[in-house]
Amino acid sequence: MKMKHETIETNAGLLVILTLIVISIGGLVEIVPLFYIDDTVEEVDGVRPYTPLEQRGRDIYVREGCYNCHSQMVRPFRDEMLRYGHYSLAAESMYDHPFQWGSKRTGPDLARVGGKYSNEWHVRHLIDPKSVVPESIMPGYPWLARRDLAYDDIERRMRALRRVGVPYSINEEEYQANVERFGEQTARMLHIDDARENLEAQARRGNYDGDPSRITEMDAMVAYLQMLGTLVDFSQYDEGYFVEFR
Amino acid sequence: MSESGQSPEAPAGKGVPTTGHTWDDNLRELDNPLPRWWLWGFYATVIFSLIYWLLYPAWPVADTFTKGLSTVTFEVDGEERTTHWNSRALLVRDMQTGDSALRQREFLQVIDDSTLDEVLGDTNKLAFVNSYGRGMFGDFCAACHQTGGAGLMGVYPNLADDNWHWGGDVETIAQTITHGRLGFMPDYREVLDEQQRDHVAAYVLSLAGYEGDAEKIARGGEIFQGREGGCHACHRHDGTGLRSQGAPDLTNDIWQNIDVAGAEDDAARRALISQLVHDGVRQEMPAFGDRLSDAEIKVLATYVHQFGGGQ
Repeated sequence: MKMKHETIETNAGLLVILTLIVISIGGLVEIVPLFYIDDTVEEVDGVRPYTPLEQRGRDIYVREGCYNCHSQMVRPFRDEMLRYGHYSLAAESMYDHPFQWGSKRTGPDLARVGGKYSNEWHVRHLIDPKSVVPESIMPGYPWLARRDLAYDDIERRMRALRRVGVPYSINEEEYQANVERFGEQTARMLHIDDARENLEAQARRGNYDGDPSRITEMDAMVAYLQMLGTLVDFSQYDEGYFVEFR
Repeated sequence: MSESGQSPEAPAGKGVPTTGHTWDDNLRELDNPLPRWWLWGFYATVIFSLIYWLLYPAWPVADTFTKGLSTVTFEVDGEERTTHWNSRALLVRDMQTGDSALRQREFLQVIDDSTLDEVLGDTNKLAFVNSYGRGMFGDFCAACHQTGGAGLMGVYPNLADDNWHWGGDVETIAQTITHGRLGFMPDYREVLDEQQRDHVAAYVLSLAGYEGDAEKIARGGEIFQGREGGCHACHRHDGTGLRSQGAPDLTNDIWQNIDVAGAEDDAARRALISQLVHDGVRQEMPAFGDRLSDAEIKVLATYVHQFGGGQ
């Protein structure tokens, strides 16, 4: 069948389908190869899935729309390296669903904010940013400190993430695989059946919001912020190591 | 459209074939050849992409991709390494051979090779410290200690005055930055009752030169110096404070955690101190030893030292 110009232009449905096909080709040739090119995700020690508390903090990060102003990707340029530290690796966001790379930087990049400020500073800053950074235009998030953290559904959240490939364990076999891969201490944090206990224990031990009497959304948020970008020990690798993956 | 707009039979269209499709009775599309300049532009982009594919990483092939002919050379541990063109390699090369990176490294090396006192005694080195340190302080320190180093009353110590908890000589400042600090005073809510705390407050105020009820001061002094309060263990018997514990000097009128000097009257001043004794203090400064190089810490230490309070 010979398709004429006129046939397509006078048939809206056909035009839509053909347009979608043409656009998809453009996207597919850029995206699909990344899934089977070996070097897309770097081989690196230390990266692990989020603990239950960190994962809840991350959910809140997404809920509050932090990504609207903060990126989480240090790009490989000198000025970025001087300010934020080592450029981000693909491996560092391999367990992110969805990733928070972003490109909008109304505020600073947060990919390596972990450990840069004290917990107490984060709490103060999240409640009222201008109290510590007078020139800041970031809005306050005072309710994080007031609201109890909802974590009744933490197991279900982890199961959902497991479905898309995050190695949270649901049985002995998977747990043992995690022990081998991440070490025993981390593997325990990734076991779904113990998620609630683990979350409570980490919040109690970390006392991120300075109020040990209860677990608030602030606890989860600060726990998440304080681990961002801290998993890889870059002193283990020479300057040329990560170059080979691009 | 055709009635109010241009006629489809406009002279420009004469003799040019149309696509053959007619809209709204008489609206037709001329089928002119593409303009020459546009066509050549198009061919140029095709040629550009062919050259680009040849030089740079481009096409996926099985589990790898074509790396391109273009290369980047940099050094790893004194050995030259050449790799296909990519932005990470460019960064490594820029950090090693770029003009501004080299200049910066040269200056940082000078700082690294000098002792802290040598940096403080040399105008050239100080000039570098002041320009490089300004950016670093803004990024790493100003979030808490504020841009000018004045800190925040009650939370973050003032670095611009001459009053130090842990010591204001440049070595100690460098140590503070490297290892961080944990300032801790236990809370006395279970140990001292309200009246006792009030007496301690009166005594502490007398140390700072305030006048007050002699009887209260005497009783507060007993608690401060005795086993009941044990305050002297960190603040010392004369109230000047142990630097090793980060215990502030109580014999001056400089207050970090509570605004005593700004309080209205004696009762308000005592209330402030009593509350602090009740609550205790826990303040943490993070360690920067893992995040910054030795030279960078030296830069920051000497930069902070120059705020005006350096000892």
